[in-house]
Amino acid sequence: MAAAEPALQLRGGGRVRRRWIVNRIMEGLATVAALLAVAILGIVVLSVLRRGASQLSWGFLTGSLPTFGETGGGIAPLIIGSAILVGIATAVALPLGVLTALFASEFAPRRVAPVIRLTLDLMNGLPSIVIAVFIYGLLVTGRGQSGWAGGLALSIVMFPLVARSTQEVLRLVPASLREGAMAMGVSRWRMVTGIVLPASLGGIVTGGVLALARAAGETAPLLFASSVFANTIVWDPGQALPNMPVQIFIWSESPDPEDHTRAWATAFVLLVFVLLASMVARAALARRRRKLGQ
Amino acid sequence: MSTLPATETLRGRRRVRDWLGDRILFGLTFAAALASIATMIAIAWKIFQGARLSFEEFGIAFVWGTVWDPVKGVFGAGQLVYGTAVTCAIALLVGAPLAIAIGLYLSEIAPRGVRGVIGTLVEMLAAIPSVVLGLWGILVMAPFLGQHVEPWLHRHFGFIPIFGGSPQAGGSGMLTAGLILAIMVVPIIASICRELFLSVPRELEEGALALGSTRWEMVRGVVLSSTRPGIAAAIILGLGRALGEAIAVAQVIGAGIGIHASLFQTGNTLAAQIADQFQGAVSKIQISSLFYLAAILLVIGLLSNLLAQWIVRRFEVQGSGI
Repeated sequence: MAAAEPALQLRGGGRVRRRWIVNRIMEGLATVAALLAVAILGIVVLSVLRRGASQLSWGFLTGSLPTFGETGGGIAPLIIGSAILVGIATAVALPLGVLTALFASEFAPRRVAPVIRLTLDLMNGLPSIVIAVFIYGLLVTGRGQSGWAGGLALSIVMFPLVARSTQEVLRLVPASLREGAMAMGVSRWRMVTGIVLPASLGGIVTGGVLALARAAGETAPLLFASSVFANTIVWDPGQALPNMPVQIFIWSESPDPEDHTRAWATAFVLLVFVLLASMVARAALARRRRKLGQ
Repeated sequence: MSTLPATETLRGRRRVRDWLGDRILFGLTFAAALASIATMIAIAWKIFQGARLSFEEFGIAFVWGTVWDPVKGVFGAGQLVYGTAVTCAIALLVGAPLAIAIGLYLSEIAPRGVRGVIGTLVEMLAAIPSVVLGLWGILVMAPFLGQHVEPWLHRHFGFIPIFGGSPQAGGSGMLTAGLILAIMVVPIIASICRELFLSVPRELEEGALALGSTRWEMVRGVVLSSTRPGIAAAIILGLGRALGEAIAVAQVIGAGIGIHASLFQTGNTLAAQIADQFQGAVSKIQISSLFYLAAILLVIGLLSNLLAQWIVRRFEVQGSGI
């Protein structure tokens, strides 16, 4: 009788099967969660593409904003205004961000570097509406809205992103390069400008593009700085600049269905730009990391 | 012998230039770093300065006062604090488990080839501008919720107060706002969690598997239990994002007044109220009250961020993306 029963039971009993089933269920749930996130991305992007693409035409991209009650119209002022605003933000945030990152990783005493890191993290965590209120109190009250105020508000969003991504890239510069330079008796600034910066330039640009894509889609910082604007193209940052995010917000709150179709079409333009920019930057980043990874 | 003085001066000149270059570069980078800290201080100072008038008028009771009446000039943030708490709770209750599951899928389960693609797609979800997500929320998701999901919830769970009120066809309301926020926090929490889970030592995981654990038992016993503080920090960072989102919430929450138990009712949050009212604000006290709202957001935002940092440091979460 004992011989009929194998010494080692190879087939699991009830308990083992239950553990196996639980495992399967949990794996299934995690997979479903991931698919759900991808599905939501797909649904949002497809909604915008489907509803926005049909409205797009050359006239829509190059025309002036419609006045109240007018049909048709275009979004050229929004595209140009957004470009100027993001340009101002980049011109401020990129140099400041890179310099701050350089200070934190090359010059800062051991005690100071964490303080800067913390400041950057806190600034990155600031709600963008708080930045908007800050800029309103600092620049808009008394002087009125302007492209400068809007660009500066966006630069506060971009700055910590640029600084943190630059810090990450600087950390990837091989220590052997630095040590080699130091061993040759090269001075600090020559090492930084001749070796560290060129070696990390690609990564810095990539981080800049990601921050730029993020700033291009930000609405809240512009809400009080550049939201009451003309319906024609404005080149002067001294005035409020028309821009895509704020106009999408205004159109989406409107009861008029025609405004909704305009909002979709503008969202299409904005989304294509933002997603393309961040996809290209991410691909470049992944390639870099793979190259430096070995 | 005669060339020696020439090289000396050459060396000397070079030394001067190097000394100057070092100084200049140090000065520039130092000034930039100082500017970043100064900006942070200026933001806090300006916000509190703007809120002073309202603070002197209403005191700390502003935070729970439930009247917001621009006509009488009486302001309180109670309704908004309630709306913020409810929408953030929905966002985290729905978003956090989803995000942790996605983190686990990306770090433990997904086949190697799929991993990168799905990881990138999840991160892309964070790249969608909030105004576009809000547009989709109000024109696509809200009507769907209002016409299909909410009536179903009301029919079957109507005895629970949060599903009590009758749903509106337009779908604007707290539930919609909470779900939009959930979509926004998922990619943030998920990408931090993935980094966390990947940082768990291979030997520990393989040890658990070698002892006969199933993958889920290994995840529960090794991965999740060793990264619990990090997960908490990730969720707090997600909360910080949800608290401060103004635009998408303003689009879908319906700018309602009053405190309702039902999630189908409209409401408002601190951030969305600022976005809604700034241009309509005329009186000094109303503008100052909006600064007060921003001050509350600033304080909660800074505290939650510091808490997350503290947890990370306290428990030495390794290799986290935080």
